Amino acid sequence: MTISWLEFEKPIADIQDKIDELTAITGYESEISKLRTQIEKLKTKLYSDLTPWQKVLLARHPSRPYMLDYIDLITSEFIELAGDRGFADDKAIVGGLAKIDLGEDKHLNVAIIGTQKGRETKDKIARNFGMPHPDGYRKALRIMKLAEKFDLPIVTLVDTPGAYPGVGAEERGQAEAIARNLREMSVLRVPVVVIITGEGGSGGALALAVGNRVLAMEYSVYSVISPEGCASILWRDSDKAEDAAKALKISSSDLFQFGIIDEIVPEPLGGAHQDYKLAAKYIKESILKYLAELKNMTPEELIAQRVEKFQSIGVYKSN
Amino acid sequence: MPTNGKSDSKMEIPNGLWIRCDGCGEILYRKSLEQNLFICSRCSYHFRINARKYIEILLDADTFEEFDPHLTPQNPLDFPKYPEKVAEAQKKTELDEGFTYGKGKISSFPIILGVMDFNFMGGSMGSVVGEKVARSIRLAREEKIPLTIIATSGGARMQEGIFSLMQMAKTSAELALLAQERIPYIVILTNPTMAGVLASYASLGDIIISEPKALLGFAGARVIEGTIGEKLPEGFQTAEFLSKHGFVDIVVSRKFLRSTLTKIIDMLWGKGKAEIEPKREFVE
Repeated sequence: MTISWLEFEKPIADIQDKIDELTAITGYESEISKLRTQIEKLKTKLYSDLTPWQKVLLARHPSRPYMLDYIDLITSEFIELAGDRGFADDKAIVGGLAKIDLGEDKHLNVAIIGTQKGRETKDKIARNFGMPHPDGYRKALRIMKLAEKFDLPIVTLVDTPGAYPGVGAEERGQAEAIARNLREMSVLRVPVVVIITGEGGSGGALALAVGNRVLAMEYSVYSVISPEGCASILWRDSDKAEDAAKALKISSSDLFQFGIIDEIVPEPLGGAHQDYKLAAKYIKESILKYLAELKNMTPEELIAQRVEKFQSIGVYKSN
Repeated sequence: MPTNGKSDSKMEIPNGLWIRCDGCGEILYRKSLEQNLFICSRCSYHFRINARKYIEILLDADTFEEFDPHLTPQNPLDFPKYPEKVAEAQKKTELDEGFTYGKGKISSFPIILGVMDFNFMGGSMGSVVGEKVARSIRLAREEKIPLTIIATSGGARMQEGIFSLMQMAKTSAELALLAQERIPYIVILTNPTMAGVLASYASLGDIIISEPKALLGFAGARVIEGTIGEKLPEGFQTAEFLSKHGFVDIVVSRKFLRSTLTKIIDMLWGKGKAEIEPKREFVE
């Protein structure tokens, strides 16, 4: 797959083009190695000083790895489960049973659930651009309850612009589906590890994100509203999204400072899309680290820890 | 999902002797409107009323004991102009925040009652509203008293960003604990209840009641129209629409809220009579 480049990444893309050109011909090895050093330097500089809006663009990067890419790279086996047993199978959410390879012929069985955005146009439409309907949230909850029943830890990967705002979604109770997930997830008797991998779009993301541990990838964002939505409501001008991205404080470092997430999962230089394998390796390490931490907790302890985690969030003053 | 604390319909009932009905345009005499619980005598339009008024309508006189009235919001994101907006809302409503809760009695039944106030930044939920809702749920659990929340909200409060979003999880988690103790939780939806509030505690009642024609939904109509590229049908996202689709138990006029709520609490919680013990222990 060829990586597409964002506007602000243009200087990097230009050097990469040169490298590609020279690689096609022989005899330019020293030139290429110089260019490679140059590109690494440039990347280090560029990505260490991103604006909040640039981080939003990276989180939405069209080449960013999605749920199914991570499933391929993290799990050794995966059986996808379908349907909410009520109305439909929502393709914006993927979930199922998986084995994570622990090395030395050992495996960890888990349930893994996440949003899927879709890569090419047809796939994007089939996945509804990663915006679930109520049926998707109900499918997710069904799989979580299944995991609880058979004592499997749950891993969720979240990357969604938000829950779908549409007629059918309202008719089938988008609000109810999200609310129910929030309540039921908080009292699941098995460990729940959440990773925000791209866009954490408001209630539609939170409905999969009530975990014992909540992690976010370096260039992911997590917000109560999209910067565009915020700008259009507050300033009646969606072009002010850059300002809104700044004001809303939605980057992984903000979230970590606020105590909303437990860890920032590092990404390869320039973002997860620059190196899928490395990104997946970091995710897998984090999943295993936190599942190990939670392994010896009783169901009651897991529930108490998860509930307290969310009970404690909020900033107010008692007069 | 969130709100900016404004609404396109009227924020408050205007002062003056005569009031024009927002529903049908009829000119109504204020005093008789008030006697009719601010329901239009011609078209049954329910005017928006504040938390104090709901407490007065629902509870036995002078039984309400308020808890945590002075929890006040901070500005965790340093969001531009947020403190000014809060100060303005506080001045206008004479409240520290948009959720009032406490202990009282309804037809002699003890009850924990929480009421949101749309006049306070569109009833939006930030840290204080979320915390107070959570505390009201906890109070019901600790005292083993049924809980009723009257909801009205544009959604999560944008100016508190991710903290607002997390209040949805906080309140829903508290409700999970309440459900485990089998304490009744009854929701009364009023116009409007949207987004992050409807997508958390306002949808999680054991029984869900709504005032007629209340606007209820996850996404705002304009957002949906922008997404699907067409106009929404008349009556979309009303209480009657949600009832038809199975998300509201009872749509009832404000006039019958008190009697309906009394009956439900009696049937779920009483022992077949209106005089009850303050606490009831379950026999497993």
